Amino acid sequence: MTTEQYSGAELLIKSLAELDVEYIFGYPGGSVLDIYDAIFRQDAVSHILVRHEQAATHMAEGYTRSSGKCGYVLATSGPGNTNCITGIANAYMDSIPMVVLAGQVAATLIGGDAFQETDIIGCSRPIVKHSFNCRSASELPNVVAKAQYIAESGRPGPVVIELPKDILNPDIKMPFVMNKDVKMRSYNPNIKGHSKQIRKAVEKIVNAKKLVIYTGGGIVLANASEKLTTLVERLNAPCTNTLMGLGGLSGLHDNFIGMLGMHGTAEANKAMAGADIILALGARFDDRVTNKVEKFCPNATIIHVDIDPTSISKTVNAHIPIVGNVDIVIDQLTAQLDEVGHKHNKDDFKEWWNEINVWRNLNSFSYEKHPDKIKPQQVVESIYKHTNGDAYVCSDVGQHQMFAAQYYPFKKPRQWINSGGLGTMGFGLPAAMGAKVAFPDAHVVCVTGDGSIQMNIQELSTCLQYNLPVVVVTLNNRSLGMVRQWQDMIYGGRHSSSYMESLPDFIKLAEAYGHVGMQVNHPDELDGAMKEAFAIKNRLVFMDVLVDETEHVYPMQVRFGAVDDMWLKKGEKV
Amino acid sequence: MRRILSILLENEPGALSRIVGLFSQRAFNIESLCVAATDEPTISRITISTFGDDKVLEQITKQVNKLIDVIRVSDLTDRAHIERELVLVKVLAMNNVTRTEVKRIADIFRGDIIDVGKQIYTVQLTGDGDKIASFIDVLNNETEIIEVVRSGTVGIARGEKALRV
Repeated sequence: MTTEQYSGAELLIKSLAELDVEYIFGYPGGSVLDIYDAIFRQDAVSHILVRHEQAATHMAEGYTRSSGKCGYVLATSGPGNTNCITGIANAYMDSIPMVVLAGQVAATLIGGDAFQETDIIGCSRPIVKHSFNCRSASELPNVVAKAQYIAESGRPGPVVIELPKDILNPDIKMPFVMNKDVKMRSYNPNIKGHSKQIRKAVEKIVNAKKLVIYTGGGIVLANASEKLTTLVERLNAPCTNTLMGLGGLSGLHDNFIGMLGMHGTAEANKAMAGADIILALGARFDDRVTNKVEKFCPNATIIHVDIDPTSISKTVNAHIPIVGNVDIVIDQLTAQLDEVGHKHNKDDFKEWWNEINVWRNLNSFSYEKHPDKIKPQQVVESIYKHTNGDAYVCSDVGQHQMFAAQYYPFKKPRQWINSGGLGTMGFGLPAAMGAKVAFPDAHVVCVTGDGSIQMNIQELSTCLQYNLPVVVVTLNNRSLGMVRQWQDMIYGGRHSSSYMESLPDFIKLAEAYGHVGMQVNHPDELDGAMKEAFAIKNRLVFMDVLVDETEHVYPMQVRFGAVDDMWLKKGEKV
Repeated sequence: MRRILSILLENEPGALSRIVGLFSQRAFNIESLCVAATDEPTISRITISTFGDDKVLEQITKQVNKLIDVIRVSDLTDRAHIERELVLVKVLAMNNVTRTEVKRIADIFRGDIIDVGKQIYTVQLTGDGDKIASFIDVLNNETEIIEVVRSGTVGIARGEKALRV
């Protein structure tokens, strides 16, 4: 029994320490000053001061996506909280566990349009997994424990806790009581697949002629990568990952047929279209995968495993739905395969592989080099070479994101960090910083564009303050590349507002923040510059790489077509 | 087609707005919505009547179930159930003929006149949506309707089936 007494703010920070929270990413303000004072007077939890609250949320995501630990954000009432909205939405779309500690004006002022008051619970309601109006200091520890439990369990997601200033009051003290063993009668996510469905699924799988295993971010979130690899090898099945699922199966694995979807490989999209059985594991049939839903895989029986029942049969009808954690369901599938006496056979799917290998030979990711212009693809290949394929690669959103996804084979899950569902420009740099906080000794690269980097470029200052030596590589094409590509392909080449007319001198900018700036504008210099950049361990390197601005991302699905209606190159269909 | 959903949820601040928000956010339609605490004060019960085919209803049910505060969801439409709605209708009752007629109609529909003014009667009626609609229709033929307020549908399964924690 402890008789020690704590203020609300102290209870909050003690709760975080109790839950082994190491870092909070945040920005102070009037309504959370008591919390900042409590942070100052302890050592267990470190605070990282960002330059914009949106970056705090993305840093928390980068930290979480790389390490698997729940990320925490602290923001003040009003503008502090509204600045978090994009990051909350981003975490929601990609199912990233995150807890946002949202300062609020004193309870007595709530509803009165007080200075720096916004209804953050209301603002964030459609983009959170859950939120809490905290109204007394005594409930704080249990609310925080519940928030983390909700954020991490089931289908993970962001949780907001509203903290009125008066409950943080340093003058009111109470004992610390926390129940870490959270139980809620209204929330019991189902993690184990239904045994009858498992039997049905295995019956289909063992009789399949053209099986494809299609996996998404769920494999990464559930840490099911090893089990997936074993299953893929046991069945000798082709496996494709979504943008969110890259690294779930090693990009170097023989059975990996590449990413699928809008910019996926011919072999992945063709295999999906030709499959008789699709085993979807932790993937949600996003419209960037399916293309026109009515034309999607008409002959396939779809076995859909997902922890979130709403994801099943939302866009594509699942013939065998299985609600459960993919990690556990893979175990169940494996056990059932044993039970029906399934044996591993290297010749399984021999004919199917012959077909797939024909598509593989189309070399979806081939591109032509140019003697004087740097191709964005070759920049990514060079990053791969100089990081031995071991880096945490964080990307922003745009052409460079797709090039990074296509040309950097990810060997492990959590190595590839990008904004998949929401497509948030400005995500890359803070996410890379979050990964660097989690893994200070690893190579962390931010692959970005001249448009994206400017959306959170102020964080170069945070990098200086906390010594976060990430390598920023800008595939600088002097334009909003993906917008421009669509304008080229769909809007008759009319480049409406996709051109960046006044780019800053990124080298001087990096130097102004105390970092190393480098510009590369000729293919011959690329390798040498990369080598130099990755040799610098203790300082942030900002590489501004001037790439060929006319380059498009290929392959690309034809709009409103089937999953495998694709452009392989400019003017060349598969 | 028309559907009736019964929802049990934690009686927490903001819980109702999550349900309503979900409907508008996901472009689901709400025809009527009734909510109050149950015999267990920490639990509220909501009845929502809505429109949609099987696929839409499956999504609605799953999405509602996914909300953290929701304890249980049940679709009453396809099973034997009882539906009731309460309506209060204020009508002009200027003369004896109209008064008698309004009283007669109320009796036929088993309604009650619950307020009487110099020129006004207010009638209360409970029943399913059809009965209430035809009651309003009939009253409309006899006199001028000044005001109508409907409570929205509540529903409960017949027999031993019960929606409890």
